[in-house]
Amino acid sequence: MTEKKRPLLDELKKGKWPSFVTEMEKSAATKPAVNTLLNLVERSFEEKRVHWKHGGIVGVRGYGGGVIGRYCDLPEEYPEVAEFHTIRVNQPSGWFYDSKAIRSLCDVWEKHGSGLTNMHGATGDAILLGTTTPHLQDCFNDLSDAGFDLGGSGSNLRTPSACCGPARCEYACFDTLDLCHHVTNKYQNELHRPMWPYKFKIKISGCPNDCTSSIARADLSIIGTWRDRIRVNQKAVAEYVDGGLPIKSAVLDYCPTKCISFDKEKKEINIDNENCTRCMHCISVMPKALRVGKEKGATLLLGGKATIVQSAFLGWVIKPFIKLDKEDGYQELHDLLEKIWEWWDENAKVRERIGELIYRKGMGEFLKATDLEPVPQMVHHPRANPYFFWYPEDFAAEKEAKEAKKEVAGSEVSE
Amino acid sequence: MANPYYAKTDIGPPNFWNMLPQVIKDNYGNWLYHEKVKPGVLKHVGETGDELYTVRVGSPRLLSIETLRWFADIADKYCDGHLRFTSRHNVEFLLADGTKVDALVDELEAAGWPVGGTGRSLKNLIHTQGWIHCHSAATDASGTVKAVMDDLYDYFKKDDLPAKLKISMACCLNMCGAVHCSDIAFVGVHRKIPKVDDYGVANGCEIPNVVASCPTGAIRPNPKAKSVTINEEKCMYCGNCYSVCPSLSIMDPENDGIAIFVGGKVSNTRKGPEFSKLVIPFIPNEPPRWDSLVVAIRNLVEIWVKNAKQGERYGEWIERIGWEKFFEVANLPFTDKHIDDFTFSVPTFRSTTQFKFTDKK
Repeated sequence: MTEKKRPLLDELKKGKWPSFVTEMEKSAATKPAVNTLLNLVERSFEEKRVHWKHGGIVGVRGYGGGVIGRYCDLPEEYPEVAEFHTIRVNQPSGWFYDSKAIRSLCDVWEKHGSGLTNMHGATGDAILLGTTTPHLQDCFNDLSDAGFDLGGSGSNLRTPSACCGPARCEYACFDTLDLCHHVTNKYQNELHRPMWPYKFKIKISGCPNDCTSSIARADLSIIGTWRDRIRVNQKAVAEYVDGGLPIKSAVLDYCPTKCISFDKEKKEINIDNENCTRCMHCISVMPKALRVGKEKGATLLLGGKATIVQSAFLGWVIKPFIKLDKEDGYQELHDLLEKIWEWWDENAKVRERIGELIYRKGMGEFLKATDLEPVPQMVHHPRANPYFFWYPEDFAAEKEAKEAKKEVAGSEVSE
Repeated sequence: MANPYYAKTDIGPPNFWNMLPQVIKDNYGNWLYHEKVKPGVLKHVGETGDELYTVRVGSPRLLSIETLRWFADIADKYCDGHLRFTSRHNVEFLLADGTKVDALVDELEAAGWPVGGTGRSLKNLIHTQGWIHCHSAATDASGTVKAVMDDLYDYFKKDDLPAKLKISMACCLNMCGAVHCSDIAFVGVHRKIPKVDDYGVANGCEIPNVVASCPTGAIRPNPKAKSVTINEEKCMYCGNCYSVCPSLSIMDPENDGIAIFVGGKVSNTRKGPEFSKLVIPFIPNEPPRWDSLVVAIRNLVEIWVKNAKQGERYGEWIERIGWEKFFEVANLPFTDKHIDDFTFSVPTFRSTTQFKFTDKK
């Protein structure tokens, strides 16, 4: 076979940023399929179009997800990539690896696939990019023997992911890594066997900086927070100021609730914690002087998603504070999560995310179904329209209250 | 040939705890503070006084096993075998011995792996599969990202921007990776309605699902052909129908391209999370190096660098000056495309007489 020239992709080997073309050529040295892939991508660059078809149903025994079928639309011309399936491998929490784990992943993928990976996909999985149907089961067998399992795909629980949390961050308000590992293991069935109206994503961030972008894309977004006071080391504050930090313009002016004041004489700050909304700005600017509080937990937000279908939603608060108790196996979270799934599974249309279902049915119905108390932390402001529902139980409660009042009044008279 | 062996299922991911370096195990949950050593290098200090150094390198996300094995070798040489990846495709080498940091940085840089992306820098671009591996891409992902990162390389290496800068890329409106809350997001878009292949729809697609997949109600059943029709006046080219039915191809090489949105963020700092908003409705696909896209993004970055106050993310800068002023500063045309006419448009209309004039010359 004559070596094909690839002038367009060659242009992308130039420049200082690491080149994906160079990475593909490294694989192509031992894997003919990747050489074919390069030729196919060169053709896409010439024609400005994709040459992949929709995924078909492929998989491994016992699972309904984890493998995404991928077929080339020009199989006769590019037979080595006629099938080029993706395998999603569930990453360790926080994407921590040791060299042994990396090498064992590489060895499996050298044996069974293209040698190309994504480290990592947007959801969090290690992506093994490109293999054929006959290799899938063997690849999974070897992955499993090496201690790896597959991630989610299709209408199931997608692979949960977490920020580095307490492993390397002083902002972590709970053990993100442990929670991620725990949730992933508890819901293996939901992760591997699509049984729901659509996908459900859980992303776990240890503080309001939200390093997993959970609020923008997770159906359930778990974001660390605290409910007491920011811990202040005044000596370190003075050191920042002496070191040239313009505390007014860099810290005080950016505080969204203007709850920090600065005593110039003493070089001390005073935080009105009652009015602090825990945005992290001051802590991020002065990490040596300020620390998150001690009474730590998380805020739960629900409904985040990208645009398709109705619109993009940012997740919204459904529980302002949850303690996330490791000792009792995060039971409070699981109880709530299972109620949410049950209501969604009962009520959603095909391909309707939880946020869209709540938009269609109303938060009122959602709160009732999940026994969550309505609290002002759930909204930016109360409704500005006069259209709202009354239910029989509202009148029953009114009646009960009235009667209780009467009884009290009656007892007063008899005395 | 049937395989006699089937793997054990539902074993779950490897336990992260076994992957952690000793210094992390010793200081787990007890970190005191961190500081920047230099761009790309962080130092975390524990309550015990222990130090942990992180050296961050940018990667193109698409990595060969040859490179991964080399990363493993580097981790063995400097970090007792420990490394991690970030949610934005960086690789982080973790080590307790600060005296090894410079040699590690030198070896990574010499091999072409850029150390940077911490603090007030350009973060690594998150992106999608594009033409390498996706059926619905309206543009390429790796190619556009490579071209943009080559051009903005210095901003990744230094950390003297007004604030952090997160640029994200998605090759279609599915927006894998939630790019819609980024300082700058560029997104592959279609501009023509899908072509209906009646035979394919009739034989391969579930019509109620196809009808329900349309956000604008543009799709109606066509009982005669056992297919569907698409109302040209209602279709907004999202491609969701193509996702559920392969016989509604929306790809159009001459008319597909890229739209740019700015001013979004996910973190709750200061004002909180925001969507990115449309500023450039269309840039044509120009492989291999997407010159117009690269120039457009550089301009968007440079006006922010020039005009933002220290500490202001992209959207915070725009909020301070006002969107009308932004279009003037950016010298970008404001068109009908910029005014929302989708589901939640009304709250985006200006219901006040407070605005700035930008038409006086």
